[in-house]
Amino acid sequence: MCTYSTANVPISGSGKGTAGWFPLTAATVYLDHPVDAPAEHTLNIDFRNPDRGAAARVAVELDPAAAREVAEAILAMLDAAPPGLVEPA
Amino acid sequence: MNDAIQAETTMIAGAGADQIQAYFARPLDPTPRGGVVLIHHLPGYDQLTKEMARTFAVNGYQAIVPNLYWRDAPDASPDDAAAFVRGQGGIADERLVGDVGAAAAFLRGQPASNGKVGVIGHCSGGRQVVLSACDLPAGTLDAAVDCYGAFVILSGPEGSGMRATSIKDKLANLNAPLLGLFGADDKFPAPAEVAEFEKSLTELGKPYEFHSYEGAGHAFFATDRPSYRPEAAKDGWQRIWDFYGRHLSA
Repeated sequence: MCTYSTANVPISGSGKGTAGWFPLTAATVYLDHPVDAPAEHTLNIDFRNPDRGAAARVAVELDPAAAREVAEAILAMLDAAPPGLVEPA
Repeated sequence: MNDAIQAETTMIAGAGADQIQAYFARPLDPTPRGGVVLIHHLPGYDQLTKEMARTFAVNGYQAIVPNLYWRDAPDASPDDAAAFVRGQGGIADERLVGDVGAAAAFLRGQPASNGKVGVIGHCSGGRQVVLSACDLPAGTLDAAVDCYGAFVILSGPEGSGMRATSIKDKLANLNAPLLGLFGADDKFPAPAEVAEFEKSLTELGKPYEFHSYEGAGHAFFATDRPSYRPEAAKDGWQRIWDFYGRHLSA
């Protein structure tokens, strides 16, 4: 199935694409068919900068269980950061 | 008999006379023949869709794949272009319909056209097939093939971030015979949506034939994905040849 469900998240940071590092302004998150991963559905994230064109993209296609582990690791890392290091959400 | 084909990237006039990229495959034999517009799926103007165009050419049809994302992401790789367009919420239905109509006109303008043009699409392209056959003027499309298109009857999920609204209210305008090929294990479209689609067509008196394959889900034609189901795909191709053979012959 094609889910169509897509979350668009404004972000800031940097990503490294085929032309080197560039500033990131958007992340698109969706569970859908991958382009490359050998699975029917993957959790896909495109870290993007649309103002720099379609190729300004860092893409990942993750096994859904792996995506959850990564997400939990990210949250745990942020939660465990020393006081003052991370701005409150 | 000359069974050679030619396939190449070209530029055609799309909706609004915009120049857009397209992949054109056709037999070299000059015998008049039908044409097929292939609507690429959400993941874009990719290798598999181009391979399907060559398959249509090998089987005696002039086939064209308009790059529906060309205006948004010219010269980008198909996956980058698809990601870019997804981030924008997809493409507008009106532009899609215009591009399909323009691609049909391109095929009819070929010296070897017999004047008949069909359309086929998979996944998101399946919905767009039905949309095109409802919105384009009668006589633009002579046969339409919807391969597991979702959100014909039901709208896309609330807050999905993508444009894919129900086109049930347009079905009264459907003006081409429709072949629908579905997987019984698909969730989008689920068998209940397919059944409702069929009921609407019956009530409206529209010519159609639907086939649903047990043991197949979404994207069973996609040879490059784990969803590929050879038995369903082989039978599906036979249905397509039979359907287009009846409706795209001069």
